[in-house]
Amino acid sequence: MSTQLEVRGLSKRFRVGNALFNRSEVHAVDDVTFTLRPGTVTALVGESGSGKSTVAKLLVRLYAPTAGHVLFDGKDVARDRRRRDIVRYRSQVQMIFQDPFGSLNPVKTVRHHLARPLLIHGVVARARVDARVEQLLETVGLTPGARYAGKYPHELSGGQRQRVAIARALAVDPAVVVADEPISMLDVSIRIGILNLMLQLKEEHDLAFLYVTHDLASARYVADDVLVMYAGQIVEHGPAAEVLSEPLHPYTRLLLASVPDPSLGERPDIEVRKGLASAAVDPPDACRFVGRCPLAIDICSRVTPELVEARPAQAARCHVTAPSPHVREERHV
Amino acid sequence: MIETAEHRETPPLARAGTLVELEGLTVDYGHGERVTRAVDGVNFVIRAGEVVGVAGESGCGKTTLANSIMQVLRPPAHVSGGRVLFRGENLLEKKPGELRKFRWRNVSMVFQSAMNALNPVMRVGDQFVDMMRAHERVSRSGALRRAEELLDLVGIDPRRVRAYPHELSGGMRQRVIIAMALALQPELVIMDEPTTALDVVVQREILQQVRALQRELDFAVLFITHDLSLLIEFAHRIAVMYAGEIVEEAPARQLHREPRHPYTVGLMQSFPPLTGPVVRMTGIPGSPPDLSSPPAGCRFHPRCPHCDPGDPQLYARQTTERPLLREVAADHRVACHLVEDRGR
Repeated sequence: MSTQLEVRGLSKRFRVGNALFNRSEVHAVDDVTFTLRPGTVTALVGESGSGKSTVAKLLVRLYAPTAGHVLFDGKDVARDRRRRDIVRYRSQVQMIFQDPFGSLNPVKTVRHHLARPLLIHGVVARARVDARVEQLLETVGLTPGARYAGKYPHELSGGQRQRVAIARALAVDPAVVVADEPISMLDVSIRIGILNLMLQLKEEHDLAFLYVTHDLASARYVADDVLVMYAGQIVEHGPAAEVLSEPLHPYTRLLLASVPDPSLGERPDIEVRKGLASAAVDPPDACRFVGRCPLAIDICSRVTPELVEARPAQAARCHVTAPSPHVREERHV
Repeated sequence: MIETAEHRETPPLARAGTLVELEGLTVDYGHGERVTRAVDGVNFVIRAGEVVGVAGESGCGKTTLANSIMQVLRPPAHVSGGRVLFRGENLLEKKPGELRKFRWRNVSMVFQSAMNALNPVMRVGDQFVDMMRAHERVSRSGALRRAEELLDLVGIDPRRVRAYPHELSGGMRQRVIIAMALALQPELVIMDEPTTALDVVVQREILQQVRALQRELDFAVLFITHDLSLLIEFAHRIAVMYAGEIVEEAPARQLHREPRHPYTVGLMQSFPPLTGPVVRMTGIPGSPPDLSSPPAGCRFHPRCPHCDPGDPQLYARQTTERPLLREVAADHRVACHLVEDRGR
């Protein structure tokens, strides 16, 4: 059976303010649960500050969670302490960063970047490293591999650098790849090429991708499933086709109404509402979107909504569009 | 060989209401051997009260174009050819003192990272006062009152004149900058990627407000972005730039319906749609050229799907001869050898 990555009740809080005053906590990630299956792309979308990058960093253990579990192969890896376990996990879960200019060492060749993980994780015999490096480069579309292996990062375009970063992630033959905004710093005309590469790799290598982005159109293009985050919580999840065509949560609807799409012709203006600057700081028991929500009812400012599956496989945190049974009862009393 | 403006078709003579006219504008970075030509012989008109968009990828010269209208090019960049006419006056001949008065009063500019341009230790209102009093005889209290009105106009609580920049979110700070850009009622506001650093919802809110203000106050906008789909919704007319040249120019809806240049077509196919079936897209192969040694002939030819050595005659033209911008329909100009051939 192929392995999958399961996240259960994952939370991360950060203290803000100084030691004496303004002691508040940012609930950057709050009770997040999802599963990454092999051979699928899962998009994690949301605005800046929604906590989506924190989720990515928790998955690759750049942060330790405040609460919750990351289960890989059924085993909780969030609290592994032994170096051997950590190295093993890292060889299975790799990350691609947003900035292809900052993530490669300018004084090292492409070959160096790809050979290092191969040697550290002992993926292939030392004598076969060069051949494997070239093969990896060709997998990500940099052919002939031998020519690119000798180049330095400054000799490559942004798109080529991002391909090197992807090849580096693939070097250790991972099961899961976390890609944090991998195309947002690239030129528009080459973005589709990187997205197509992700689709090809998911199929050929049976990879599970977590694609972290603020760009809904690209999420719709590559993703099988979508997770929508707002103020640290997942407010909607489900198959990409459903969530992005018939969204349940008012925030997903607002996001969709905001994306430029000329094929839709003239669209009505979105309603401008003043939301709280950050609903994730010391959140009260209420829906975090209530300040900006056009559908808000009385209960929304009293009770935090649960994720409720209002349609098959599609769930949302909303008292109005996806009410839980007891909320529905209360409203009808 | 680099062509000069004389070889190009000149745009129709300044029509009524022409605000800015670029005539064969050429901007170089550096001199002599190591020169990089960022803008190469661009002819372009901005009419009073219209929203014009310039779309293109990084390094295509769109920001350099904007900076030369505002006359804020910094060495090693310099205008090496052509003219920048504002209401018929060549800005390149103005003295520094005249330019200082001209900026903000006639043309103002909002940059991508403008929200970080606010002085962090000064209240927002005081920054308005400073700016206005540099240009007009106005009392401090008068300027503050005007600042409150302007903040209200862009959707910020007027009481926020007393706020420091760090007390405002990124979107609010960007709105403050837009309010400042409108303070002296300029005829043209240049916006260079004004919403790129912001979230989509905030971006849409700000664009809605700018459009409403533009209708009400009737200023012209030069809007620069890499996001062609945003421009099609927001601008009246769009120019697409590639490697220092305008390759296509048309009314926004026309460009969306009938893009003619293969680069424009490729750009449109680079934005996955939000509706309709999900189909595999191709984008554009390769990447934009290095402007210190641009390809000969049509600069797009190394990436162009219609550039085929199988047709030797056309191929020779594509790889050696620079295509001219030609009118293919009312207000629609394209620089492409294919279009010329079919158009005849």
